[in-house]
Amino acid sequence: MKIFPALAATVFAVAIWQLIVSITDLPRFILPGPLLVAETWWTNLAVIAEHTLVTAQEVLIGLAIGTALGIVTALHLATSKTARMLVQPILVFTQALPVFALAPILTLWLGYGLWSKVAMAVLIIYFPVTSAFFDGLMRTPSGYLDLAKTMQASPFRVLWLIRVPAALPSLGAGVRLAAVYAPIGAVIGEWVGASKGLGYLMLLANGRAKTDLMFAAMLTLGVLSVFLYLMVAKLTRLLGDRES
Amino acid sequence: MISAPGILFEGEATIEGRRLFAPLSLTLDAGRWTCLLGGSGVGKTTVLRLLADLPTGADFVGSITATDGTNVADQIAYMAQDDLLLPWATVEKNIVLGARLRGQRADEARLARLLDRCGLREHLGKRPSALSGGQRQRVALARTLMEDKPIILLDEPFSALDAQTRASMQDLAVELLAGRTVLMVTHDPGEAARLGHAIHVMTSEGLTSVLPPDIAVPRAVDAIETLTCQSDLLRLLMGQAA
Repeated sequence: MKIFPALAATVFAVAIWQLIVSITDLPRFILPGPLLVAETWWTNLAVIAEHTLVTAQEVLIGLAIGTALGIVTALHLATSKTARMLVQPILVFTQALPVFALAPILTLWLGYGLWSKVAMAVLIIYFPVTSAFFDGLMRTPSGYLDLAKTMQASPFRVLWLIRVPAALPSLGAGVRLAAVYAPIGAVIGEWVGASKGLGYLMLLANGRAKTDLMFAAMLTLGVLSVFLYLMVAKLTRLLGDRES
Repeated sequence: MISAPGILFEGEATIEGRRLFAPLSLTLDAGRWTCLLGGSGVGKTTVLRLLADLPTGADFVGSITATDGTNVADQIAYMAQDDLLLPWATVEKNIVLGARLRGQRADEARLARLLDRCGLREHLGKRPSALSGGQRQRVALARTLMEDKPIILLDEPFSALDAQTRASMQDLAVELLAGRTVLMVTHDPGEAARLGHAIHVMTSEGLTSVLPPDIAVPRAVDAIETLTCQSDLLRLLMGQAA
C-alpha cells in the first residue's frame, strides 16, 4: 500500500464528512463531525486503549487458531479422497448458515469472556483459510507431479516438498482475507455479550447516545484491522520468500 | 559405466475411441539416441509418457518391454520442455530433488562432478528465477543425470532455447548421456539430424525410419550430411502433412 495516495484519500473523505456536518448542522448524536470524534478519541484514549487491547487479543488468538485449523483441514482434504467426500459437503453447508446467529449460543456455551469471541473469529475465518489453501494444494502444476512420479517419490514427501510450497501463495491470500474478517467476528461476539472490547464499547456508547464515542471506537477498530492486515501481508510475503 | 537395456514399444493408442496413433513398433537400441520426430498432435509425447508410466488420457493397447526383462518405468529419468525447476528452491536443492523426494541422501561426489560438467558451480545457491533459459535447462539436465538412470526420456527439452544455446545444450547432453538409452521426442528436424543414432518420423499413419548420416553424434551443425538429412526429414514431415 502506497502511503501518500492512501493518506490523500483519507484526508479527502474526512473533509467531505466535515463538510456534510457543517452544512446540514445535524445534532451531534445523529452525526458527529470528525473534529468532535477526534477530540472524544483523545479524551477517552485510556478507555479506548483498554478495550482495544481486549479485542486485539481475541482477534490474534482467533486468527492463530482459525488459521491452524484451516491448514490442518486443507491438508486432510487434499490428501484423502474419503475426507473430501465426507467433509467437503458439510463444509459448504455450514457456510450457508449465518454464523452470526450462533453468537448467542457461543456465549451460552463459552461464557462472557474471551473464548466466545475467539470462537466467533475462528468460525468466520476457518472457511476462507481452508478453502484458499485447499485450492492451492489441488492446483499443483501437473509437470511437477509427473517429475515426482518418475522419481518414485513418496506421497508424503511430494506433499511436503512440492504441493505445500506451491500452495503457500494461496494460503497467504486466505490468511490475509482472514485478517480482515477476524475483527468482525470478535466484535459480533462482543455485541452479544461482553463487558470489555471495542464491540462492547460501541454498544455502550450507542445506548447512551454518545455517537462520537461510538465513532471513535469504530474507527479504532478499522485502524486495528488495517494494521493487522498489513502485518499479515508482510509476514506471508516473508514466508513466501523463504528458502525451501 | 551404467548398463542400459534396449526397449521395444509396440501398440496403438486411442482417445475416447478416436485413434491417436496406428499400431506401431518402436525399438530403442541399448545405449543409443533414438529421435522420434513429428508434428504436434501425432502422439509422440504420448509414446514417451507411456514409457514413463505417466498419465496420458489415452487408452493404450500394447506392450513395453526392456531387453533385460526389467520394468522400464522404474529405470527412467525424465526431462521436459518446461524445465520444471521448483521456483522456491535453490539450484542445489533442485538438482538433488529426486533423492529428497525419496528421503535418501544425495550422492555428494556425483553432485560435485555434475556441477562442474554442467558449469553450475557458481549458481549453486541461486533461485531458478535468477538464471537464464539456457542455465535453467542445464540445471534440469543435471537433475536428470543426478537420478543416474539407464533410460533417459527427453520431451523436446531444448525447443524453447535460442539456436546457439540449443546447439551447445545438445552437445552437452550427448556428452553427459553417453552409454544410456535415450529417447528424444522433437519437432525439430535439425535436432534429430544432429543427435539420432536412429531417427523415426511419426505421423498418424505410423512410423517411417530414416537412416541417419554415418558420422559420429553429435554431428556438426554445418556438416553437409547433417544438413541433407535435416532437409530430407523436413520434406518427409511436410509431404505427409499435406
